[in-house]
Amino acid sequence: MATPAEAVRAPAGRPEPASAPQRRIGEVIMAVEGVSLAFGGVRALAEVSFDVREREVRAIIGPNGAGKSSMLNVINGVYHPDRGTIRILHGGQWREYHDMKPHDAASMGVARTFQNIALFKGMTVLENIMTGRALRMRSSLLAQALRIGPAEREEIEHREKVERIIDFLEIQAHRKTPVGRLPYGLQKRVDLGRALAAEPRILLLDEPMAGMNLEEKQDMCRFILDANDQLGTTIVLIEHDMGVVMDISDRVVVLDYGRKIADGSPDEVRANQAVIDAYLGASH
Amino acid sequence: MRRSQVPFAVLCAILGVGLVLPLLTGASPFNFWLEVLLGGLMAGVLYSLIALGFVLIFKASGVFNFAQGAMVLFAALAVARMAERMPLWAAILLAVLIMVALAYVIERLVLRPLVNQEGVTLLMATLGLTYFIDGFGQTVWGSDIYRINLGISREPVMVMEGLIEGGILINRDDVAAAIVAMLLVATLALFFQKTATGRALRAVADDHQAAQSIGIPLNRIWVIVWAVAGVVAIVAGVIWGARLGVQFSISLVALKALPVVILGGFTSVPGAIIGGLIIGAGEKMAEVFLGPPLVKMFDLAGGGIENWFAYMLALLFLLVRPEGLFGERHIDRV
Repeated sequence: MATPAEAVRAPAGRPEPASAPQRRIGEVIMAVEGVSLAFGGVRALAEVSFDVREREVRAIIGPNGAGKSSMLNVINGVYHPDRGTIRILHGGQWREYHDMKPHDAASMGVARTFQNIALFKGMTVLENIMTGRALRMRSSLLAQALRIGPAEREEIEHREKVERIIDFLEIQAHRKTPVGRLPYGLQKRVDLGRALAAEPRILLLDEPMAGMNLEEKQDMCRFILDANDQLGTTIVLIEHDMGVVMDISDRVVVLDYGRKIADGSPDEVRANQAVIDAYLGASH
Repeated sequence: MRRSQVPFAVLCAILGVGLVLPLLTGASPFNFWLEVLLGGLMAGVLYSLIALGFVLIFKASGVFNFAQGAMVLFAALAVARMAERMPLWAAILLAVLIMVALAYVIERLVLRPLVNQEGVTLLMATLGLTYFIDGFGQTVWGSDIYRINLGISREPVMVMEGLIEGGILINRDDVAAAIVAMLLVATLALFFQKTATGRALRAVADDHQAAQSIGIPLNRIWVIVWAVAGVVAIVAGVIWGARLGVQFSISLVALKALPVVILGGFTSVPGAIIGGLIIGAGEKMAEVFLGPPLVKMFDLAGGGIENWFAYMLALLFLLVRPEGLFGERHIDRV
């Protein structure tokens, strides 16, 4: 039986690991160190550490409630860890954060998508993706309002970049459609487009394949891998569908009850007894 | 038509029939009816402008800004008093700077420390702001009644004498006010639709968290929104002050904007405009045409319908269409 993971391999058109040596992947550009987070008495994360290398696809997996989303929200600055730090390499310098703000993360080149699509529903596909370029808008409010010189030129430049993303994601036909009217799979694509519009170095994907059918999953895998290959974007993604993740990731972190129980290549992780126990349930 | 819309349709039908009934029964000549309607719409323009300030802030920050009326009073006082020493245009420009500074201070000292608090907490904060701005305005600018002179004659003119029997009387400054209000609304619409900042404002209004994650700085957006609401307050304050004089009651009459936003929907800019016009016209029509028959029939003292009509209409809307004319309907997953 072809699992979704096997099915995506072909359209993804990605070389097998054997023919693609490690040259693609660079140095460590982000490190999570000893992060702990609790909500009231509930331990969401306990002493979690891992690193992310440039241009790799890094997955964080784990059963429901393992702390995956919390981890992503910490990296993105939505949650502030009780202990531990996030370090990000930016412009050749390490920046260390204890209580990062989402805006800090964005300006460090970290973009994200959302599990429950958080698009701006009243706006069109084009407008939504244009908002992704917010950080790169340089002209002043007054210049924009009066549409003078640089503001006009800037808007056109941004528009060109956005059109390229729209082509990349194959949503040309829906450019002017309000996103609220698009089917779920396409909304997920727009969400990805808005994140890509910021030209992020690190792209955080929160369950990009959740709730999708097989075909939509294949498309999404293809876009993620293309972004990784062609744009050189480092990907950090959360999934609980293990099959898909194992196939597209370079390295995998496994969380269970807020603890890191494994970290390594997909094959290592798949063979790890603690991971098997966590997913299948072990008799303790 | 869905069954749930029937009560709303009935309400609209009653309002529509009520509007033309005086004409149908011959209780009023057409020119008088039209004068009353236009007078009501002019008052409605002011309600719309104040409601617009509410809606802008509510959309972008989820804060129900009780202080909008106080901001109108403050802006009107500032313009009136500064215009005594300089030309009106300079006074208005300076007032714009003052309102922007006020927006900055409010964001810094009130909104930022209270971010992510309950809506009720923020409402209480703006209630406090209301009294502070009212009081502070009078401390700085004085508490008498001041005039703003726009240099437009207040003589009413007779128009359309050829078209309508008897012609209709309208005030020139009312017409000027309506034109200014329309220009303001058109400018705001363009700003929201066509500029990057406008897009960012709509993004924040739609989803705070997503907007933050793409690097839109919430704090800056809030300053902009409050500043825009401040500029809208100046326009409303100047028009109002020119008609009725700048005085404390502006702050109270501004509460009429509450039924307007209930009618129009809390998150809808067109709703604020149309809601204001409906309330303005409705209460004037009710006062003039509903009052006398009531007096005759029940031997009442009459009058005062203007004071409660807006709130009664808002109450009916809450019953039959709680999201307002243009508001977003909330459908929760169960």
